[in-house]
Amino acid sequence: MQQDEILGKAYDSALMKRLIKYLAPYKMQVAFGILLSVVVSLLEAVRPYFTKIAVDENIKNGDAEGLLKTTLLFFAVMMIRGVVQFFNAYLTQWVGQKAIFDLRMKIFEHLQKLSIRFYDTNPIGRLITRVTNDVEVLNEMFSSGIVMVFSDIFLIIGIIWFMVSMSWQLTLVSLSVLPFLFYGTFLFRRKVRDTYREVRLQIAKINTFMQEHISGMIIDQIFVREKKSFEQFKEHNANHRDANIRTIFYYALFYPAVDLIGAVSIGLIIWYSGANIFGGAVTVGTLMAFIQFNEMFWRPIRDLSEKYNIMQSAMASSERIFTLLDNETFINETENPHKPSKTLGEIEFRNVWFGYTENNFVLKNVSFKISAGKTVAIVGHTGAGKTTIINLLLRFYEIQKGEILIDGINIKDISQEDLRKYFSLVSQEVFLFSGTIASNITLGNKNISNEKVIESAKYIGIDNFIEQLPKKYNEEVKERGATLSVGQKQLISFTRALAFDPKILILDEATSSVDTKTEQLIQHAIEKLLSHRTSIVIAHRLSTIRKADSIIVMHKGEVRENGTHQELLKQNGIYSKLYQLQFKEQEAV
Amino acid sequence: MKSLLKLIPYLKRYKKTLAFGVLTVILSNLFYILMPHYIGKVMDEIVLSAKNKIVDKTIFINYAMLIVGFAVAGGYMTYLTRQTIIVVSRKIEFDLRNDFLEHIQKLPMSFFQHTSTGDLMARATNDIASVRNVLGPGIMYPVDTLLTLIFALGIMLTKDWSLTLYSLIPLPLVSIAVFRIGKSIHKKYTQRQEQFSQLTTAAQENFSGIRIIKAFAREKFEIGQFKNLSLKYMNKNLELAKIQSLMWPLMFLLVGISLLIVIYFGGLKVIRGEITIGTLSALISYLLMLIWPMIAIGWVTNILQQGAASMQRLINNFETIPEIRDTEKTDKSIKSISGKIEFKNVSFTHLNAVKPSLKNINLQISEGVTVAIIGPTGSGKSTLVNLIPRLFDSSEGEILINGKNIKEIPLEILRKNIGYVTQETFLFSETIKENINYGLDFLDIELIKEAAEISQISKDMADFPQDYETLIGERGITLSGGQKQRTSIARAILRKPKILILDDALSSVDTETEEAILVRLKILMRERTSLIISHRVSTVKDADIIIVLKDGEIFERGTHKELILQNGYYTDLYNKQLLEKELESL
Repeated sequence: MQQDEILGKAYDSALMKRLIKYLAPYKMQVAFGILLSVVVSLLEAVRPYFTKIAVDENIKNGDAEGLLKTTLLFFAVMMIRGVVQFFNAYLTQWVGQKAIFDLRMKIFEHLQKLSIRFYDTNPIGRLITRVTNDVEVLNEMFSSGIVMVFSDIFLIIGIIWFMVSMSWQLTLVSLSVLPFLFYGTFLFRRKVRDTYREVRLQIAKINTFMQEHISGMIIDQIFVREKKSFEQFKEHNANHRDANIRTIFYYALFYPAVDLIGAVSIGLIIWYSGANIFGGAVTVGTLMAFIQFNEMFWRPIRDLSEKYNIMQSAMASSERIFTLLDNETFINETENPHKPSKTLGEIEFRNVWFGYTENNFVLKNVSFKISAGKTVAIVGHTGAGKTTIINLLLRFYEIQKGEILIDGINIKDISQEDLRKYFSLVSQEVFLFSGTIASNITLGNKNISNEKVIESAKYIGIDNFIEQLPKKYNEEVKERGATLSVGQKQLISFTRALAFDPKILILDEATSSVDTKTEQLIQHAIEKLLSHRTSIVIAHRLSTIRKADSIIVMHKGEVRENGTHQELLKQNGIYSKLYQLQFKEQEAV
Repeated sequence: MKSLLKLIPYLKRYKKTLAFGVLTVILSNLFYILMPHYIGKVMDEIVLSAKNKIVDKTIFINYAMLIVGFAVAGGYMTYLTRQTIIVVSRKIEFDLRNDFLEHIQKLPMSFFQHTSTGDLMARATNDIASVRNVLGPGIMYPVDTLLTLIFALGIMLTKDWSLTLYSLIPLPLVSIAVFRIGKSIHKKYTQRQEQFSQLTTAAQENFSGIRIIKAFAREKFEIGQFKNLSLKYMNKNLELAKIQSLMWPLMFLLVGISLLIVIYFGGLKVIRGEITIGTLSALISYLLMLIWPMIAIGWVTNILQQGAASMQRLINNFETIPEIRDTEKTDKSIKSISGKIEFKNVSFTHLNAVKPSLKNINLQISEGVTVAIIGPTGSGKSTLVNLIPRLFDSSEGEILINGKNIKEIPLEILRKNIGYVTQETFLFSETIKENINYGLDFLDIELIKEAAEISQISKDMADFPQDYETLIGERGITLSGGQKQRTSIARAILRKPKILILDDALSSVDTETEEAILVRLKILMRERTSLIISHRVSTVKDADIIIVLKDGEIFERGTHKELILQNGYYTDLYNKQLLEKELESL
């Protein structure tokens, strides 16, 4: 959260350069957009000029026909301006949306490449913010910020051009207040920036305090601390209120001040008009036009502060986005990947050392070999390193020492995609995506046909259940499979593993308790899953262990025993103790 | 919209300031509205001077000063408006947020189990902010808009009523357009938001399920899926952009037509000498003044709608009744309690749960006794002890302390005499000293040190940069699980409670330290009652009574020696822990 609160400067040329790159593919559209905004600005600035013509040339001379002509011409200009403005606004949005789409995809693709190690240390909420809110903020900058700046600049240029063409003296008089306006805006921006920062800071404090005291509300209640906590909160809240009231003060001063400067300008125009009537410099029409120009002129300058806020947030967001894009916690692919020709499914760990942090080894000198087609059960006490073996086999992490081989090839010499095609993983906690039952089984793999899905489901024994659902295989799965039972979810994940028909199956058996009938179904399914392929199982079921071809006993990061159930029991070592601790109870059932 | 009525009591507190604020809006409008009128006079003066070939420069200077004067006066009023109405809105925001916290502080544990912190935070920040918008801009702009409308139209009608009516012809179209386009924008906006939340959900699922995605090498597919959703979202955005892009040009066009009508027909009238050029100029200026109010109507409606929805959410919270509180049954004369506790046929079922968590618990605990509670996960151990400080009220049966039903004991007295170390330790981002002293009105560092000694956190102080003054949490140091537990124990015993509850409070403490703590606690709690929940036999073996809970019922009870002989759950647990110890040594 802290990271997300920081607001920096409103313009950073290094960040801006990187951002502008995302507009490069649309440079034609951007150029056209700028051209259109020039047209709009000029047509906007022409409005007071028409008033002048109407008054000074038509009305003054009693030329009713001329007045009609001017009016119609004016109408035509307005129509054109409206149409151009529409296209301009839409085009601007279009470019912004396209650029944002590209950026969002870039972030997402980058995130897909980052390794599990990255996900271990970065809260998901923060990553979501990067692809959603942060990108959204940039959208605002791209579509309203950049092009609006151009159109504002052209509007100002257009106005000055028309003003000068009517009367350069009056232009000077009317713009003589500009320095005051600039100075006032500058002062306001600086003051507001400080108070605004104070408001953000106080909001962050309120949030932190609330977050903590809502999570710890029960502690407050148990220790009868509500009153004091409330007083503390009130203080933060009051600071926030006062910071806001300070901001209000500057706004309350700024807006009337801008109006006043405008009025002074009008006052000066009037004074000058009075003094120069006979010089012919000032006509009624000119005066009317100048008063209209006056109003047009202040708006872009007044809006500057708002644009400043947009830019400030945009810079902060883009900094966070680029920090993410610069993160390169990848598992590096080998330069010349070995394309496995024949896949058998033989696994070997050769003196593997690994720690999640440097020198804090979770696996110490682990070696074992699993011949193709065999089932191996890994058992061990909590923290023995069982799950780590699976993580390494799938190359979620890089090992520090030793080698992991599949069919005699080091896994580092195979592309990650090819490596992972060897496996199907059934993890302890079943993860279902929102979609349908079928899409959760295929995970979008087009090589898995509908027939294959149904066949797999039948084989696992969940077909009956699925057929009873109103939409069968197309039944919607809610987020995280909320509507399914634990047992059903497990069976679906078994079906998924089977449908992929892997050479090697990795099963991390779940320990969650299910009813006896489901338990039977699951045991039956596991049996089918394991047959005819190399399987590596972190076992919690006695039935699975008994049927395994061999059992690897992990203890404190080392392989301590290796053999069949009967052999190991006889040894009366770690396995026999684990058996009594974890599996013996299942014997009775 | 009805929900906004609930804000009236808040507004009443500031009624004088608000009344003054509204007055300043009226005055500022009066001043600003006079400006075009005098500018019109200047125009006429120019025409007159040109015709008569005489110029009275002082008249121009006077008009110029008058206009600047109006701007000063009007501007001062605008300044006052913001300093009153908008400031009041911030004050009410402050009041609302205080009331919000004060209210949820009274709500029971069950409320927090069913309401996410994020949800409550959103209410305290976003919802209150959008209600604030109603109170500030939501009041200021409608009043301002209405007054501008009335004043400008009023003056225009007196200047030339027929021309005014002509010019107003397109204005209803403006309102209709705002309304129609607004509705369409709202619809598109809702669709866009739905698409956005789909995109967010997809990202959320992808990041949470990244292991599965990587394990099945589905990254490319996932990128494709996300691309589809991103495209859909972009298209929704563009649909919205199309309407939004239409809005402004259409507005300006309609207003422009009004302007043309005035210029053409007004111009004809000037030619015919029916009105002066100054009047025409003033009419044009007034017309331009009306543009903003027309647009503001739609905008303000939006603010009001959002504010009303937010207020409704706040009201829902305010209307949640604090179930556990002092009632008329409370015996206010009770000033202290003892450690004699009795459970009489106590049963408890959690909200929305099918099965009861506790069934028919009968238990008598005399003063000075240590009771240990043991049993599998989900057997009701925590629920049992939570009933004592009334974090929940039992569904059936009663709990007596010193013979009095705990519902009759003032809640504050009851809780002040209980020292509770919860299963999940929770410390605040304050100093260690403040955390230990939590909830006490006085601060005696010697007593704090004494409590820290008993809980054995004292020996860690040397490792902390500023010993007892060390800040913990996000901005300070991170404590280990064991350190957190020992700090929590110090916090619970500092208040010298009559009843001490340790809910699995030694699980992260090594056995040696555990032993040291238990010995010291025994002395401290000699005349008080302790309830200790644990999974470890080592923690409970010296208790006066051990209770084994299973499925919400008392399954076994007795001393360590008695239970070992029963050959039941306790014996099994004891043997397993012996085995684990052996395994550890291998």
